[in-house]
Amino acid sequence: MFDWLWLVPAFPFAGFVVLACWAPAKRTTAVIGVGSVGLSALVAIWLAVTFFASPPPGQAYSQTLWTWMTVAGFSPQIALYLDSLSLLMILVVTVVGFLIHLYSVEFMIEDQAYSRYFAYMNLFVGAMLTLVLADNLLLLYLGWEGVGLCSYLLIGFWYRDPANGRAARKAFVVTRVGDTAMAIGLFLLFTNLGTLQIQELMDRALGQWPPGSGLAVAAAALLLGGALGKSAQLPLQTWLPDAMAGPTPVSALIHAATMVTAGVYLIARTHVLFSLAPTVQWTVAVIGAATLLLAGFSALSQWDIKRVLAYSTISQIGYMFLALGVGAWSAAMFHFMTHAFFKALLFLGAGVVIQALQEEHSIFEMGGLRRQLPFTFWTFLVGSASLAALPVVTAGFYSKDLILWRAWSSPLGSRWLWVAGLTGALLTSLYTFRMVFIAFFGPVKKAATKKPGLPMKIPLATLAVLSVIGGWVELPSYLGNLPLFSDFIHRALPAASSLSVNGHQELMLGLIAGSISVGGVLLAYVLFMPGREFIERIAHTSVGAVLHRWWFADWGFDWLYDAFLVQPYSWLANVDRNDVIDFIYDGIAWINQISYHALSRTQTGRLRWYAMSIGIGATVIIGIVVFL
Amino acid sequence: MILVWLVAIPFGAGIVAWVAGRWHPKLPRWICILGLALTLALTLYLWSEQGQQIGFSTNTPWLVEINQPWISSLGISFYLALDGLSLVLILLSGFLGMVAVVVSWREIEERVGFFHFNLMWTLTGIIGVFLALDLFLFYFFWEMMLVPMYFLIALWGHENRVYASVKFFIFTQVSGLLMLLAILGLYFIHHHLTSVYTFNYTQLLSTPMSQEAAKWLMLGFLIAFAVKLPVVPVHTWLADAHTEAPTAGSVILAGLLLKTGAYGLLRFVFPLFPQAASAFAPIAGVLAVVSILYGALLAFGQSDLKRLVAYTSISHMGFVLLGIFAWNELALQGVVLQMVSHGISTGSLFILVGALQERMHTRDMYRMGGLWSTVPRLGGIALFFAVASLGLPGLGNFVGEFLVLLGAYKVSITITVLATLGLIGATIYSLWLVQLTFHGPNKEGWKLDDLSGRERAIMATMIVAIVWLGLYPQPLLNTSREALNQLQRTAATTQMVAQPAEEKWAPTTYGGEKAEPRRAVLP
Repeated sequence: MFDWLWLVPAFPFAGFVVLACWAPAKRTTAVIGVGSVGLSALVAIWLAVTFFASPPPGQAYSQTLWTWMTVAGFSPQIALYLDSLSLLMILVVTVVGFLIHLYSVEFMIEDQAYSRYFAYMNLFVGAMLTLVLADNLLLLYLGWEGVGLCSYLLIGFWYRDPANGRAARKAFVVTRVGDTAMAIGLFLLFTNLGTLQIQELMDRALGQWPPGSGLAVAAAALLLGGALGKSAQLPLQTWLPDAMAGPTPVSALIHAATMVTAGVYLIARTHVLFSLAPTVQWTVAVIGAATLLLAGFSALSQWDIKRVLAYSTISQIGYMFLALGVGAWSAAMFHFMTHAFFKALLFLGAGVVIQALQEEHSIFEMGGLRRQLPFTFWTFLVGSASLAALPVVTAGFYSKDLILWRAWSSPLGSRWLWVAGLTGALLTSLYTFRMVFIAFFGPVKKAATKKPGLPMKIPLATLAVLSVIGGWVELPSYLGNLPLFSDFIHRALPAASSLSVNGHQELMLGLIAGSISVGGVLLAYVLFMPGREFIERIAHTSVGAVLHRWWFADWGFDWLYDAFLVQPYSWLANVDRNDVIDFIYDGIAWINQISYHALSRTQTGRLRWYAMSIGIGATVIIGIVVFL
Repeated sequence: MILVWLVAIPFGAGIVAWVAGRWHPKLPRWICILGLALTLALTLYLWSEQGQQIGFSTNTPWLVEINQPWISSLGISFYLALDGLSLVLILLSGFLGMVAVVVSWREIEERVGFFHFNLMWTLTGIIGVFLALDLFLFYFFWEMMLVPMYFLIALWGHENRVYASVKFFIFTQVSGLLMLLAILGLYFIHHHLTSVYTFNYTQLLSTPMSQEAAKWLMLGFLIAFAVKLPVVPVHTWLADAHTEAPTAGSVILAGLLLKTGAYGLLRFVFPLFPQAASAFAPIAGVLAVVSILYGALLAFGQSDLKRLVAYTSISHMGFVLLGIFAWNELALQGVVLQMVSHGISTGSLFILVGALQERMHTRDMYRMGGLWSTVPRLGGIALFFAVASLGLPGLGNFVGEFLVLLGAYKVSITITVLATLGLIGATIYSLWLVQLTFHGPNKEGWKLDDLSGRERAIMATMIVAIVWLGLYPQPLLNTSREALNQLQRTAATTQMVAQPAEEKWAPTTYGGEKAEPRRAVLP
């Protein structure tokens, strides 16, 4: 049964090849594009069923397709590896991916480049599946770069607008900076440990590197560089908000559910290295905490509904990094899963709104959508509640609560990380319901002209259901203590060791977290419900205005990179476009020409001149002979 | 004898094509296709036939060889030999040669016969360079590929062709003369020690000489090859020559001519002067990094599409230089793959640029933009090769670059880290190329014909080749492995055998200490 594993990435790749070479009519395109991911999802579900019914020996199955290359002991294989971690990933990627493809069938129907769209989307899913199923880091890197390329292609999908192209290039180049670090990490790992096969690599690292050794720290730091780029964490987060230039389902697929979580997956997959490098792991937690706060503030100041969601994504992945940093691997993966559900839901909901209001992105131009688009409103509300982690009923609560609890209780955790996470939770509630209140409540500002059809409603409904029940697979000790999800993930990753399982404390912290998110919603109601002037007045004070502008511009990172990297490089390229080195050769050529002209002047044809030259020449030579 | 055919077929086809051009302009094209198909078939035959032998070390490092006396009194022989490395490069030559003929099908309409004569003779020279093991013969072929190439640029090139062709000629000629001097120096040193006049590579291999002499002779070869490769700062001929050449010329230049430089470094510089070459390795490493980064910067700054593509070669060949001077199996295999992949991907980009120029009569990217909407196929394929050239895993260039860097990492971490930054540079210029030409608004309202069937067929072949190299390069790696190992062994033995020569060749400061085998060490 597990032999079918290769079909999971193969279907989307095949879909890409067919669509790219053939470019069929829209109906056929939709069938192929959605069908390929659908088949892949079916295989993944079937694999999951089999995995539970009769787990493979050692809780992992690997399938070697062929040997990529063999050079001097370096023989990476095209091989897939299925354990509970990668199983979770392929389930989420294919199921959420399928729903997003289905949604796109209707969303993109007016677009002329329909088959190009689905070709790219299929390629993306294929690359993402390769990434998570790869048995060695080189194949993982292939998927890694593949999703980077696809994000470039999809962000710049509407290529006629140069701004989209700019956003697309930015995404690719910024993530490539991280990828370059990762590539160097691969060189280091192979040179020192002699393999890139992940399981073998982890074993050898454990065997050969003592905790905290320089090589382990360097390796973990370099891989972290790659993860920061793909997962849009500080300081490489700047590409993600701009990436909203792509079609909205693309944002849902790439920038919420799948690609940006690649970094989380990478760290979880190579957790041994991070355990061997405590300083780097601590950095992961700190970066996560810092990112979730900074992005939270930025989300609070955006007017573009997609940019709110984009910053929210950065912030939520910050939570996952925080969890990874404190060694709570399963908590990170849990939040990855719930986040994929509710964030995809929110993006798809935003897509409905944007399309209904004729490409309107500003939440301040929306309003009163509650009555105009009731179905979308309710699903969007479910997604928002889950993002804001409203207690007990939403999936987001369970995963975020687990992360906060681990940040507090794990040996690697600290009060400060917990406080940061809690502050982030407040921010999350605030910016989420700011968006909900402004866009969906109050008076109608623009009439919604298009209602979603069935292909768009089914994904919304399904994701809304998942955003609620998705959390019930992992219940904290004070709510029945049912750690199904953790048990499942712990088949592949080690369990986080809590100092002591203190049910009472966990309940206390859970209550605090819960009331913080509810409080955030209430605060958002007070501040942002249409008709309230209070927040406007704050924003118009000098401090408020400065802060608002600063947050709005993502804390000035873009400005910094533009001034110190982009501009100087462009300037240098522009100044040196004629290649300064060529001037040397031009100079040589010029000297030759000058001397040629000078000497040719002496060829006058006058006998007098020649006679004089002969005379002078003879004198000089005789002089030299005589005197030297 | 088969090796003679490899050289003789394109040589003869060139002459026949010239003559036939007087009767009908189509004839030379078909003659060349036929000739090159035959050459390619012979190479493929050798590949399959020798497949058994490849990977096993036999008594002779050569799969096939032929050695006939030519001018015996001077020790010149007609010595051709083929190993896995030459085989791979000759395969590439046959393949790209055919591609070059096909892309000229419509582009070249004047003096068709003479054009194909030059094309074929350049190819003859290139194949000869990959086969010749007599240094005199090698130099002969080396010069043979220059003159017809000069004509290709000067007669069928674009607006600034005279300047470009003269520049190309002077650069390669001057550096070629340095190599000739070095060859003669080696020849006389060898005679001085053994009283035998010979240009035979295998006999010259273990010529003992002083470090000082080895250094200067090595530099003579090195400069010639570095100009060809090209390495910053002797790269400036490249952009002009590539830009002004007709499409077929650019394909041959980028795809094959540059590779003769790399081949020379592999075949001659290291095996003949291992110590001097290792001593030079740190400098070469720095030059490689400079080439990679500076080439990428130059490419990014261009507004002429063809010039942009030309400059990317400098960046890519930097990886080749880095790999050669890292001198271990990983890096050398990477070099071979990088050479083949670069030949295909950059060749394809030149073909696409040529196709655009043919349709638009401009290469100015700032006049392009939005072409995707009018030529989606061309755009898609250009995007594919731009992505190949930025080193996307799964395509050939990635495997080459990755292996080179992996090998170089063992030798010098600093250099490797800096070279890896080239991946970012490549991303920037590749995406910029796509943006300026195919994306954005179609300001000037271009309406162009998409790729024709002929062009699509070429591109499909190239795409298949580059994907094959990216996902299953093993057949190629197997072919070149033994040859590369042999080169490393030869270099090692040369170092062991090399004894300090007599005083006459040794500087006075040089003591009699035994030369120690030393591995290439970058800083």
